[in-house]
Order: sequence, then structure tokens, then C-alpha cells
Amino acid sequence: MFEAILLTIVTAATPLVIAAVGELVTERAGVLNLGVEGMMIMGAVCAFAGSYLTGVPLLGVLCGILGGAAFSLLFGFLTLTLVANQVATGLALTLLGLGLSGQIGESFVGIPGVKLQPIVFPILSDIPFIGRLLFAQDITFYLSIALIIGVHWFLFKSRTGLKMRAIGDNHGSAHALGIHVVRTRYLAVMFGGACAGLAGAQLSLVYTPQWVENMAAGRGWIALALVVFASWRPWRVLAGGYIFGAVGILQLHAQALGIGVPSQFLSMLPYAVTIVVLIVISHNRRTTLINTPACLGKPFVPDR
Amino acid sequence: MKKLIIALAATAATLGSFTVGAEAQEKTKVCFIYVGTKTDGGWTQAHDIGRQELQKALGDKIETPYLESVPEGPDAERAIERMARSGCALVYTTSFGFMDATVKVAAKFPKVKFEHATGFKAAENLATYNSRFYEGRYIQGQIAAKMSKKGVAGYIASFPIPEVVMGINAFELGAKSVNPEFKLKVVWANTWFDPGKEADAAKALIDQGVDVMTQHTDTTAPMQVAAERGIMAFGQASDMIAAGPKTQLTAIVDTWGAYYIKRTKALLDGTWKSEQIWDGLKDGILTMAPYTNMPDDVKAMAEETEAKIKSGELHPFTGPINKQDGSPWLKAGEKAEDGVLLGMNFYVQGVDDKLPQ
Repeated sequence: MFEAILLTIVTAATPLVIAAVGELVTERAGVLNLGVEGMMIMGAVCAFAGSYLTGVPLLGVLCGILGGAAFSLLFGFLTLTLVANQVATGLALTLLGLGLSGQIGESFVGIPGVKLQPIVFPILSDIPFIGRLLFAQDITFYLSIALIIGVHWFLFKSRTGLKMRAIGDNHGSAHALGIHVVRTRYLAVMFGGACAGLAGAQLSLVYTPQWVENMAAGRGWIALALVVFASWRPWRVLAGGYIFGAVGILQLHAQALGIGVPSQFLSMLPYAVTIVVLIVISHNRRTTLINTPACLGKPFVPDR
Repeated sequence: MKKLIIALAATAATLGSFTVGAEAQEKTKVCFIYVGTKTDGGWTQAHDIGRQELQKALGDKIETPYLESVPEGPDAERAIERMARSGCALVYTTSFGFMDATVKVAAKFPKVKFEHATGFKAAENLATYNSRFYEGRYIQGQIAAKMSKKGVAGYIASFPIPEVVMGINAFELGAKSVNPEFKLKVVWANTWFDPGKEADAAKALIDQGVDVMTQHTDTTAPMQVAAERGIMAFGQASDMIAAGPKTQLTAIVDTWGAYYIKRTKALLDGTWKSEQIWDGLKDGILTMAPYTNMPDDVKAMAEETEAKIKSGELHPFTGPINKQDGSPWLKAGEKAEDGVLLGMNFYVQGVDDKLPQ
């Protein structure tokens, strides 16, 4: 049973981790995109459509990624080219995404979806206890881990990543040094959108293989909280995603076991933990400042 | 000059007749507030099907605008008020959580009629309507007790409101009428609508060893999990057989259409009165989806119980019934009063859960 619980936690945590690591890159480039929920739901509907219409769930995953990225391009155009307010545009993106996905998905409602099949590594998946957990999952799980490793390497070990962080910290100076601020930010926004789309694909192809309007049900917002929770560090996103997932699942098990903890309290726990972590990390002002992108959410207009 | 005057007069006349024509065609607005999306496959979809039937039946006299995904709480008040302001003659608010918001808006707009589903607060211009879902839950409990090999069922609950508690109790009573030792595990999802969380709750229950499951949340996600894991389950609010063709035993199907038509006709005739309506299986406000995936004797038992409830011979809440702690609630032969049921905040004996207060 312990293994079954862990498997459920993995499924619950994966979309949070994927969407959050995408948003992390966007924010590291200095752009605050509050439209994660909208991009996620667009990814979910595109993935379901792709999988249903082609009959190949893997193509659905691709459609989800492309759908999320394309949708984020709208945000990029408004905030980077037209320099609109990022907070307002992000919120609008969420609302638009919820409505638009409902419209697109109207004919898919009630159709049982096809579940994305796991990719089983022979031999490795036979390792007792961790085998099934780590080596017999669907592609979105492997991608989530790869994304964490990849983003960590990109941000802290690569030259391009360093430039991108520089843009996020001081876009004026970065521009003066000849770094393409707007172009880099476009790419970062689209990466965030692609990740949110992939997270959405996980929802409509793995988590609950079906399309229901509004099926992200606030997971995009949790992903946003997770980025702050992780203080913009990829590995902490992974840890945080699993903590959030675990709390949600364990509280259900506690209830089924008849442990007398009020379910409202347990439902609140992930958010309470976020607040506690925020207090703890803000205790040391200097480390907080090091990780927070200083230009987060600020508009950039090249002066020459 | 004369020509111009004639032309102006003609224009005025045309405009005038046009206005009159528009007035004659003006339709009464009957409005709906939904808590979920109209295609959720469950609760809200059932209401929307009712709305469509209403539109079809009285289409030349009425129009039926609706608002979807209205959150329960302060936002609901704004949404309902917006509807009332936009000229609705009758507003249906279709979720328990809209109760206080509906009461407030109804007080502000005495000329507009309101009907609130599943609540218990009424006013001169505010009626309540509800369905005796517990009758269906009792039948489900009986089927569950017959079908379960382990003698334990899982119940995915939403919020600890009387409506839900009543359903849990009815299910347990039905199950105990077949197997006195039957146990019920309850998991509170704290949501009406979140496919992921509902699926997680279903997985948790199955991992804890239940082999039959029912839900009081709105999406088909639990049914899908049940199908995947090979246990049996019951649908909620709409027939969910498409999500589990080999899994669904039956479903409580809400059929609001006839009720909406009846009440809207009363509004148009001017005979609408504030009432507190609580209809059941016999009135056709809820029906049982076909009994499937079960042996013939279980099906026969379910059909017999359904017939007995319809004829009034059987009331699910008939004593002797003890409360969860073993203290007596109803004496032998005593039937629960509607008022007690509508405010139900305790479990009956056999429910394996602590009721969140």
C-alpha cells in the first residue's frame, strides 16, 4: 500500500513541478506571468484534442506543449512588445484560457480519454520498492525530472543562463551590455508556456484521462506559489512540488484510515506550509535578495 | 416640403410599429446560476439539461440566460444580483452554497422571484426546491452491500452539509439492511469540482481496500479511477455509464426539467407562490440509471426497493436507528421528520468516519 500511496503522490506532484519550473525560468528572466492556470488549461485541452483526433497520446503531449507555448506568445506580445502591465495581462490570460479552452473542448466533454501509457525500463523497473516508482512511469514524469536537472544546469552552469539571470536582475545594464533583452524574454515566456502546456497535458492524459472544463482547478496558482516557495531554485521546486502533492494525498489517506484530523485543516496545510517557508526564507534578507529576480514584473523599454 | 413631412411621418410610423413589435415579442427571462460548468458530466449538467427542456417546452415565451462556474461565497451575491438587475423574472440558484447570497439578493429585489436548490431558507419571493436524493442513496447502499466482497464501501464526500451527511447515512442504512456489519469509509474532498482531487480521493479509498465506491462530487473522475482499478462504483447526478461501462452499477440521475417547466408555467400564469418543495423518486425529480453490471437477484432487490420507496411503503429513515455513538435516535417504526433530515449533522451507527464540524 505504501508504494501505491507514493505512486499517487508522483501523479499529483508532477504537473505542479513541471508548471512551476517553467514559470521559474520566465520569472528568472524578469517576467511575471500570472497566466499559468490559463496556459495549463489550454495545454490540457490541446493535448486531449491531439490525442483524441490522432489516436496517439504522445502526439497529444506534443499538442499540449505547442498549445501552451502558442498561448503564452500572446502574453509575450502584449507585455514585451506592447509593454502592457504584466500582472493584469497575466490575469487576463488565465480568464481567456479558461473560456477559450471550454469553447474548444465543448465537443470533447464526456468522451473517455486514452491514458498515456507508462514507459517501462526493463530490469530497472524490477528493483524492489523504487523500481515501479522511478522506472515505470509515463513520459511526463521523466520529463519533469529532466526539466529540473536541465533548468538547474542552464541557469547556473551555462553562459546563456547567466545572461538570462542578468536580464532578470537588471535589464537596463543587460541591454547596455548588448544582451537581447526582449528576445530572451520572449523565449523565456514561451518556455514557461510550453511547460504549463505539458503540465496540462499530464492532467488530461495521465492524471484524469478526460476533458472537463476548468479541470486544472487552481493547480496553476499552486505552481505560482511553488516558485516563490522554492525561492526561484529548481531543486526546491522539485522538493516543494512533492511536499504539496504528498500533503494533499496523505490527508485523504488519513481520512480513509479514520484518523480524526479535520479535513479542512489538512486541505489548508500546503498553503500554511508555504507561508511558514516564506517566513523562514525571508528571515535572512540577503539570501532572499540573491535569489529574487530584481526586475521581476518591471516593464522594459529600450532607451536607445 | 410636403413630401418630406410624409416621409418623416412614415419613418416615425415604421419606427413606432417596430417598437411595438419588439414589445410584443419580449420574452420573460428565466435565469440560472450554476456552480460548475454546464458540461461537468454531473450536477450542473443535470440542471442545464433541465434548462434546455424548459427552453424547448416554453421557447416562444421565455429566454433562459445562465451563468456558469459561479463560486460559492461573496462572488455569488454579485452574480445573482447581476441577473436580477438584467431583468430576470425568475432566478434559479442551483447550489447549496448560494443560499445566503440568494436570501440577500431576494430581499433587495422583491419583484423578482427566486428559487434556490437544496437550501432551507425561504421568503415571500424565494422558494426552495430539492430532491430526495437519499432515496437513491439507500438503494445504492443495498446494492453495495450485496456486491462488496469485503463488506466495506468508500464514499467521496464534498462538504459536511446536511445534504451530504444525509446521503452518507442513507447509504449506510441501505447497506446495513442487507448486511448489518457493513462499514463505510468516508473521504472529504472539500470540493464539488476538481477532477484531480476526486481521482486522488478515489485512489486513496481503493488503496485502503474498498471494493465498491460512491461519490457526492460532480465529475466522472472517480468513476474512471474505479474502472481502471477494477472495482464497482455508482454515478452521481448524471448517468456516468460512459466513464465506466463495466463499472457503474447505477447512478442517481437528477431530472429537473419537469420541475422547471411546472414552476415557470406557474410564473407565466401568475400563480407562482413561494413554496418549499422536496420531491422524490415518485415525482420523477430523480431517477435511477439502469441497474447494470450486477446479478439478476441484486437487480430484482434494487427494483423492489425502488418500487417500495415510490409507493411510500418504505421510508429509508425508519427506526430503529442509532446514532454513530450507539445512542438511540429513532424508535422502531418511527420515521424521521423532514426538518431533522434537512438539518442533519450527525452520523448513524456504522459510518467509519469522524464528521467534520
